[in-house]
Amino acid sequence: MSDFSRIIAKRRRQDFVFNVVGVACTLVGVVTLGALLVDLMADGLGRLDWAFLTSFPSRFAARAGIYSSWVGTLLIMLVTAFTAVPLGVAAGVYLEEYARRNWLTSLIEINIANLAGVPSIIYGLMALGLLVYQFRLGQSILTGGLTLAFLILPIVIVATREALRTIPQGIREAALALGSTKWQVVRHHLLPYSIGGTLTGIIIALSRAIGETAPLITIGALTFIAFLPPPPVQASPPFLSFGWLSSPFSVLPIQMFNWVSRPDPAFVVNAAGAGLILIVVTLSLNAVAIVIRYRVRKRIKW
Amino acid sequence: MRTELDTGGGGRGRVGHEGGAAGVAPASRARAGVAPAEVKADVRGLNFFYGRHQALKNIDLAFAVNRVTAIIGPSGCGKSTLLRCLNRIHDLYPDTRYEGRIILQPSGVDIVAPTTDPVEMRMRIGMVFQKPNAFPKSIFENVAFGLRLLGEGRRAVEEKVERALRGAALWDEVKDRLKGSAYTLSGGQQQRLCIARALATDPEMLLFDEPTSALDPIATQKIEDLIFELKRQVTIVIVTHNMQQAARVADRTAFMYLGELVEAADTKQMFENPSEKLTEEYITGHFG
Amino acid sequence: MKDLERISSPASLAAGERPRLDADAPLTSGNRWVYAKERFIESLLMLAAFSSVLTTLGIVGILVYESSTFFAHVSVWDFLTDTLWTPLFNNPRFGILPLVAGTLVTTMVALAVALPVGTVVAIYLSEFAHPKVREVIKPALELLSAVPTVVYGYFALQFMSPLLQKLIPGLPTFNMLSAGVVMGIMIIPYVSSLSEDAMRAVPMSLREGAYALGANKIITALRVVYPAALSGIVASYVLAISRAIGETMIVAIAAGMQPNLTLDPREPAETITAFIVQVSLGDLPHGSIGYQSIFAAGLVLFLMTLVFNIGGYVLRKRFREAY
Repeated sequence: MSDFSRIIAKRRRQDFVFNVVGVACTLVGVVTLGALLVDLMADGLGRLDWAFLTSFPSRFAARAGIYSSWVGTLLIMLVTAFTAVPLGVAAGVYLEEYARRNWLTSLIEINIANLAGVPSIIYGLMALGLLVYQFRLGQSILTGGLTLAFLILPIVIVATREALRTIPQGIREAALALGSTKWQVVRHHLLPYSIGGTLTGIIIALSRAIGETAPLITIGALTFIAFLPPPPVQASPPFLSFGWLSSPFSVLPIQMFNWVSRPDPAFVVNAAGAGLILIVVTLSLNAVAIVIRYRVRKRIKW
Repeated sequence: MRTELDTGGGGRGRVGHEGGAAGVAPASRARAGVAPAEVKADVRGLNFFYGRHQALKNIDLAFAVNRVTAIIGPSGCGKSTLLRCLNRIHDLYPDTRYEGRIILQPSGVDIVAPTTDPVEMRMRIGMVFQKPNAFPKSIFENVAFGLRLLGEGRRAVEEKVERALRGAALWDEVKDRLKGSAYTLSGGQQQRLCIARALATDPEMLLFDEPTSALDPIATQKIEDLIFELKRQVTIVIVTHNMQQAARVADRTAFMYLGELVEAADTKQMFENPSEKLTEEYITGHFG
Repeated sequence: MKDLERISSPASLAAGERPRLDADAPLTSGNRWVYAKERFIESLLMLAAFSSVLTTLGIVGILVYESSTFFAHVSVWDFLTDTLWTPLFNNPRFGILPLVAGTLVTTMVALAVALPVGTVVAIYLSEFAHPKVREVIKPALELLSAVPTVVYGYFALQFMSPLLQKLIPGLPTFNMLSAGVVMGIMIIPYVSSLSEDAMRAVPMSLREGAYALGANKIITALRVVYPAALSGIVASYVLAISRAIGETMIVAIAAGMQPNLTLDPREPAETITAFIVQVSLGDLPHGSIGYQSIFAAGLVLFLMTLVFNIGGYVLRKRFREAY
């Protein structure tokens, strides 16, 4: 019997050691995140004030601000969301509910899996060659928004499909058996039931787009832009204008990149300030998505 | 010649009717069929709880050494639950609680006592599961797994693996491909591999949880033959939903219903002349 | 209702097909409009799905088109074997090796961090941790991958580099080590999340078989669960590789923008991705050789990640089929 206890004690020790190692490794990520936030706040929190948010970039660090950048980000995201969400959800619905299981569908699936892993800068290259020059859309907000839309499209498609997959077959069969058409099943049952999961994916995708830098640099987003694009809504008729779509632009991550690359430590402070806003926005969006996912899981148990 | 049943003491356990489906058995009677010297594991007043739900109610049962004891009963009666108490495998899951004792002879240790190490119990009592669960390893490494856990040396491992595979009537079929993946074996062969794996460490008891329900009749027969051979070395408890299997294989049979032990007796007596009406109704197929 | 019977018959449902409205079925009277609308909607949705194909065609098309003009001026052999990358000089040299070396070294450093740590985290969460702990840690780790990469670049340059300089004397401010380590930390969730999902999908009966022999948790995890989940786990590794190869901002900010053919991570170097950013920041006339060189570099990058992306997809499918 003592043989057993010796071996068992050794195995217990192994388990204990791994527990410690496991916790340590898990903490690596958490600690890094914390260090990151603390570092940003230490450097940049003091820089955040109203002037910072409403000033244009400048040669002088103390006067430089992120006005044009965050407006640019907002406008770009409008284009991206308006393009990627309907397109992605529609594609996801088609692939999950309509497409037949043949080689073409498999090809599309492999294709989407690949696109999800294509480096973001490649999307920038595609947009540069195709949208900026071939289609002559120029280095504009429209181009930027479309570039990011293509980038996050696979994420939205996959999220939609996963959300639809959680709905049991029985629901579709019941609806069809009552005489619904395919589209009626999708519109009245599947989309409403899967909205939680899809929304989570969309938010995560948009959050990713907000933080993207490389593709926008590639298509020629400016790093020094001392004006705002014309506003999309105006007081006089026709109330909506589209001039902003063809305007040059900058975005927040590019502004941060530009400042961080400067040797002047005062600009590093600016970069930290911009970074703080960026990270707060993206982490909040992700947190919202996680909460939605959690709530949806609790509410609907198939 | 499996109909030749060892009558290691005759008699049967009789259950009183003090309420409930089967009532509470006077402790001595449920053990009546097994002489004290021949008890391998002695279940006394065992209650088992999944959270608040009581799955086993006051079980008194003795398992005879080097005999096959079958536990039968309809779905949900607790037979697998009882089996899994014997090697403390319930401990892997949260919210499980044992009350009562299971005394393992000859050491006298109480299997379900909180102070007893479940890992040690599992090293001494082996289990074969319903669906063959061979590891994603070679045939040799599957059987050697338990031996390596015990830190056995290379020579000892090789010898014991061969011995176990012979004991499981699998050696001739695999001796030329010991390094091959276990998943290249058929279902029946994988199950015998799992038996060899459990045998390799020379356990004191071997627990079978519906071992042939996923197998075809020929594979089933091979395993039943095997069990008949194995009981000479090791005490066997087998849970089965197939009454005919119990009749073929077991020396003693215990019938459970809704978490209680209804009757335990020599197999021949249980099937030919059960003392409880409930047992008779189950055996004749009035419910199941 | 015969149409409904046909499409929802037990036989077809048993075969695993989804009930499908057959738009070619004979129309019942009065429902032509409904069927036409259904067809129209289906076509719209199909077009949406094809947009993904168009994206790939667009990417491949533009990369090949611009690269072909590039390779009209530069021989493929020179491109693949020359050891100097100086496309913007007066006497330009177009050897991609320095950029590839930069990409590979930073990737290796990142993987050296992400693969072991990610795997350990996955095993810990799957086999050891209390379910409540899992519920909190998993989303927390996902947040790691949600941080914008430019912020990580800042962190690598302003925090990690000075930290490493204290540990390694003589380390230059721009180096592949700081960038690689931070990139590795960013990639941890890619490895841990997918690997953990793969391990949790392994059926409990396999673990019970190990525990029933007296195994402890770590042995069961390493010698039974990990091998059983291997294709899913390797899929996560492959995707991590792809992610590391394609990363841009962290290396652009922290690893330096000087092509440098070296395997020493303590030196600065430029990756393929950083080069493309560097050129895009400047002014390049459309159609010049410098402009085309970024497409050639991009083509190499695309092919590298294509291999890993498809590999990861195949592995994931194989794993899903097994369980």
